[in-house]
Amino acid sequence: MTPILSFSRLIASLKRISPRRGIEYCFTIIGFVITLSIILMAIFAPYIAPYDPTKRVGGLLEGPNSHFIMGTDSLGRDIFSRIIYGSRIVLRVTLLSIVISFFCGVPLGLIAGYVGGKLDSVLSLVMDAMYAFPGLILAIAIAAALGPSEITVSLAIAVIYIPTYFRMIRGHVLSLKESLFIEAARAIGARDRTIIFKYIFPNVILSIPIILSLNAADAVLTEAALSFLGLGPVTAPTPDWGMDLRMGHAYLAAKIWWPSTFPGLMIVLLTLGFSLLGEGISEILNPRLRR
Amino acid sequence: MGESILEVKGLKVYYYTREGVVRAVDNVDFFMEKGETVGLVGESGSGKSTLGFSILKLIPPPGKIVDGKIIFDGIDLTELDEKEMREIRGKRISMVFQDPMTSLNPLMKIGDHLVETIMTHEEVTREEAEERALALLRDVGIMPDRFHDYPHQFSGGMRQRVMIALALALNPDIVIADEPTSALDVIVQFQILDLMERLKKQYNVGMIFISHDISVVAEISDKIALMYAGQIVEYANAIPFFEEHLHPYAELLLQSVPNIELSDQKLKYIPGLPPDLLHPPSGCRFHPRCPYAESICKEKDPPLLEINTGHFVKCFRYK
Repeated sequence: MTPILSFSRLIASLKRISPRRGIEYCFTIIGFVITLSIILMAIFAPYIAPYDPTKRVGGLLEGPNSHFIMGTDSLGRDIFSRIIYGSRIVLRVTLLSIVISFFCGVPLGLIAGYVGGKLDSVLSLVMDAMYAFPGLILAIAIAAALGPSEITVSLAIAVIYIPTYFRMIRGHVLSLKESLFIEAARAIGARDRTIIFKYIFPNVILSIPIILSLNAADAVLTEAALSFLGLGPVTAPTPDWGMDLRMGHAYLAAKIWWPSTFPGLMIVLLTLGFSLLGEGISEILNPRLRR
Repeated sequence: MGESILEVKGLKVYYYTREGVVRAVDNVDFFMEKGETVGLVGESGSGKSTLGFSILKLIPPPGKIVDGKIIFDGIDLTELDEKEMREIRGKRISMVFQDPMTSLNPLMKIGDHLVETIMTHEEVTREEAEERALALLRDVGIMPDRFHDYPHQFSGGMRQRVMIALALALNPDIVIADEPTSALDVIVQFQILDLMERLKKQYNVGMIFISHDISVVAEISDKIALMYAGQIVEYANAIPFFEEHLHPYAELLLQSVPNIELSDQKLKYIPGLPPDLLHPPSGCRFHPRCPYAESICKEKDPPLLEINTGHFVKCFRYK
C-alpha cells in the first residue's frame, strides 16, 4: 500500500466518523489549530514580532495602543513581541521533556513487562516511588539541584512523566505477552528480539500519541510554573511566559493588567490546545471510545 | 514399522498452583514414526494440550516437566536450554493453534509472517524467502495477491490456512496441531482437514493431532492415543482402535458418539465427572466411572501393556 493511498484512507475514515461526533471533532480541530498556530508563531518569530523583545522600545507600562497592541512592560519592552518569542522557549522545553521521558519510559516499560521477574519488580518499585511525589515538587527539587538551563528543566519535567510511559507500556506488554499470537510466534521459533520489536512494540505504540499530547499540556504548565518560581530555563532579559507572568503580576494591584494577563492567557491557550488535540487523537485512534 | 522420530518416556508435567499440584500429564509413554499422524483424543482437562505443549517445551508457568524424557530424533528435548529449543521450534517441530482469530500478529502482513519465520531460521535473501512464502500460500490455497493483506482481512478458515503454511514453512518433521479445527464451522473444518491430509503427504510431515472430537480424529489419524486424567489409557492403530477397542473408557466414549441412523436413541454419556487432577483417584484413575471396576482397580495403577502388536492398553482386564 502506498503512503498516499493510506493517507487518503485516513481522510476518508475521518470523514465517515465526523457527522456523528460533530462537536468532539470540532474541538479536535480547534486544538489542532491553536497548537499549530503557536508552533508557527515560534518558528517565524523574527518575521512576526514588530520589535526586539529584549530592548526598550516605548514608555514604561504603556497600556495596549496602536503602537503596542498588548502594551509595554515595566522596562518599556513590547509585550506582544515578548509573547511571540516566549513561545520558543516553552515549546522547546516541552518537546525536549517529552522526548526524554518517551525514550526512557518506553524501553524500560517494554523490558520490565517482557522480562518480568525481579527486574520488573525493581523497576516498578522505582517508578512507583517517582510517581508518589507530587509532580511539581519533584520538578522544583530537580530544577533547583541541577541549576537553570533548557536541558535541566526539560530533564526535571521529563522525570515526572517517565513513570506514566513506563506503567502504560508495561501493563500493555504484560497483557500482550499472554496473547496467543505471541505464543504462536514462540512456537515457530521466533527470537526474543523479533517478538519485542515486530510483535509487541507495534501493538503498544498506538496508545502513545494520546499520552504524548496530554503530557505536552501538562509540561507547558509545569514549565510555566517553574519559570514563575524563578527556576525556569532562561534568565532575564530572554522572554519567557512564566517569567513575564511573574514580573507582571506585581502591578496587578495598581490595575495594570496587561503585563501579566497576556502571558497567562498564552499559557492557558497552549495548554488547552494540547489537551483538546490529545483528547481528539485518543477519540480517533481508540475505537472503544467511539460512540 | 518405519523409523521412530519421537519417543516420550515416563513424562510427568505438573502445574504447581496455590491449591496444590495438578498432575496434568502423569507418566505418559508413547512413540511415533516418521510421517505418521497420531490422534491425541481426550476430554477437556485430560492433559492432551499440555502434552502437546510440553513437546515444544512451551508449558505456561506454573507448569513444569517434572520427570521423563522426550526423545526427538535421538535428542532428549528435556535437556536442551531455551536457545537450543528455539532451533527446534518451527524448524523441526512446529505447532498450529486452536484459535486462528488471535494467533496472528494483527499488525503484521500475512506474507511477512512467513518471510519473517523463514528468515529467522535460514540464511536466505528476502527475495528467496518471499518466493517460498508465495509457494506456501499457494499450497494452502491462498491467492498470491493476499500476500500484503493484514490478518483482520481474513476469515477464520483462511487464517488457519495461513497458520498451517507457517507451521510448514521450514519443513518440520512434526507438526503439533492443537485442536486446529475446533474454532471453525463444520464445512470449513472439513476443508481444513482435507488440506492437512494432503499437505501431510506432500511435505512428508508427521503430525500430532490433538482433539476432543473423536470423529475428526478418526478422519485423519493413523494411530490413536486416548488420554484420560493425564494418562494414555489406550494406544493403537486407528482401525483396530475403532473396531476392537479394549479400554472401558474407549468403549463408553465411542458409544456416546451420536449416530444419525439411530435417531430414536437417547444420547448416551459417561456417568460421573472427569477426575479432579489435584486429587486424582487412587489406583486406576478411571475406576470411579468404570462399569467393570473391581477391588484391585482402587488399589493399584494398571500398567500400559501391549496386548496385540502395537495395541497398548492400561487396564487390569487384560493381562
